[in-house]
Amino acid sequence: MEKRKGNQPTQLLEGLCSFLRAYIFSVLSIGPMPRHIAFIMDGNRRYAKNRNLEDGTGHRVGYLALTNMLRYCYELNVKYVTIYAFSIDNFKRRPEEVQSTMNLMQEKIEGLIQKDSIVNKHGVRVYFIGNLKLLNNSVKISAERAMKATAHNSKAVLSICMAYTSTDEIMHAIEKSCKEKQDEFRILDMSGAGYGLIGLGGIGTDNGKSLINLKDVEEHMYMKVAPDPDIIIRTSGETRLSNFLLWQSSSSLLYSPRILWPEIGFWHLVRAILEFQRNFAYLKKKPKQSLVGLLVVNLLISGFVLVLCFLLYRCMHGSGLIFLVSLPLMW
Amino acid sequence: MTILPLHLHFSLARSPLKPHSFPHARPQVVTGPAENSVEVNGTYPGGVSGQLPSGLRRELMPSHVAVIMDGNRRWARMRGLPIGSGYEAGAQALRRIVELCCEWGIRVLTVFVFSSDNWFRPKMETDLLMELFERVLKDELQHFERENVRVSLIGDTTKLPKSLQELLANSVGTAQKNSHLHLIMAVNYSGQNDVVQACQKIAVKVKDGLIKPDDINKFLVEKELETNCTDYPHPDLLVRTSGELRISNFLLWQLAYTELYFTNSLWPDFGEDEFVEALFSFQKRQRRYGGRNS
Repeated sequence: MEKRKGNQPTQLLEGLCSFLRAYIFSVLSIGPMPRHIAFIMDGNRRYAKNRNLEDGTGHRVGYLALTNMLRYCYELNVKYVTIYAFSIDNFKRRPEEVQSTMNLMQEKIEGLIQKDSIVNKHGVRVYFIGNLKLLNNSVKISAERAMKATAHNSKAVLSICMAYTSTDEIMHAIEKSCKEKQDEFRILDMSGAGYGLIGLGGIGTDNGKSLINLKDVEEHMYMKVAPDPDIIIRTSGETRLSNFLLWQSSSSLLYSPRILWPEIGFWHLVRAILEFQRNFAYLKKKPKQSLVGLLVVNLLISGFVLVLCFLLYRCMHGSGLIFLVSLPLMW
Repeated sequence: MTILPLHLHFSLARSPLKPHSFPHARPQVVTGPAENSVEVNGTYPGGVSGQLPSGLRRELMPSHVAVIMDGNRRWARMRGLPIGSGYEAGAQALRRIVELCCEWGIRVLTVFVFSSDNWFRPKMETDLLMELFERVLKDELQHFERENVRVSLIGDTTKLPKSLQELLANSVGTAQKNSHLHLIMAVNYSGQNDVVQACQKIAVKVKDGLIKPDDINKFLVEKELETNCTDYPHPDLLVRTSGELRISNFLLWQLAYTELYFTNSLWPDFGEDEFVEALFSFQKRQRRYGGRNS
């Protein structure tokens, strides 16, 4: 009975926060919403170092932050989320650090396959994006299992970039395009149809423009499973892409909060979306009216939170302060 | 391009919801020795070849700086001037930055003059831009030769006016040897098209049996990109003015590890102080390339 009593305030608080989030998300949805958000989860090691924690702890806390962000994105109906889990460049780190990260990733990938995992709860299909041949066998097998286990999910897509760099992705797309064209030419040659074209110089004298075009390259990108990201969020204040989604980031809003990845929370996501909405008019060449809507969104959110805090304080008297202090922790 | 009126733009810029803001503090006096830097009454000497402003370290200067010169039209609108005046002022700003790059030993400056995505703008505006570009280039060519600035062009020039195409063909390759600065102008350029044209060239080599698809690697791709005209194809620093936080299809492959610097200043207002701030911000950053700090 005491345990249940102890859980009740926590459950009440969680319910209240969930309600507040739902309200804020519905207000945000007045404005244009991103379809695809990508995250560069930077700062896990610095987080651990700043708190004198063991190596690897930062990544574990970072994983919790990730599950929260995924939950908020799916509550917001952001259909596509992409995360930069492990770059090909990260293999340059100390072997024990690489191994520790691989172990953690395998553990979490196995967790995704569970029935009550966040991806299954929200109907999320998982893709592992990158040069998976570079991963060790056990991680690769787990990744393939997770992709297979979630293949029937259709509400949202989570793209986990592992053993990934954008230049590797582009190079792979070029290689695949060239191989495909080479096979096409072989078939043409064998049938006798290709010789005439090549012999007359119809192909090859235009610097290959008739051989391959932009669509051919895009068709072979690993990230063809999702549209281009609307927002790329990189934590820890670093402002560089680090070889992440270079091809796809052409029109993406680049948002770089100073907080370290394990510290990211609800309000950072709200700010990123508000910034996206502020820039949406420029990107989509829409008229000024959408900015008026944005200002309304700002006012509604701020006003509601202020009124709610005031009401809580009045109703709960002194104990209302406990709720007010607890609220930010629950985001 | 934000469409907010000036006062509202600045009030939003200062709101608590403003995203991560980049260092705007004036660089402090350097405490250690900085090669060729001289501090005189808290200012740095201008117009003296090779001397860096106080606070900047020569060994940390970027070799290649890329610039997206955004905000010319907004600058003109805010002053009630025609758009052409904005572009003229932008051209002045570019001249200043080219001079500073020569002075401070930056080896390559790549400027995004015109994107292939810009053709959606009204024809009158694009015509105006082409005319201005042609006029400025004509005026500057001799200056570039005198100052030993090498000029290269990336992008598809076939859609440009004929007179501009001829002028560009004549301006490219001037002052090749021992140039102080290599100025790369991206005209009708798209980062994605750059990669595609590299792919097309590689496809021809595969078709001709010169290479196999399995031989394709990063170096092969880089050799075919339009930035193969320089020994420093990857910008160390990208500066984008006017507060827009995006790459806009500029040098996509080449920007893999580039430090990005976004400033609210509009391009015509981007001068020496703003450039020093950008360089100061660059010099404070830790570039890890995926590894760990030692």
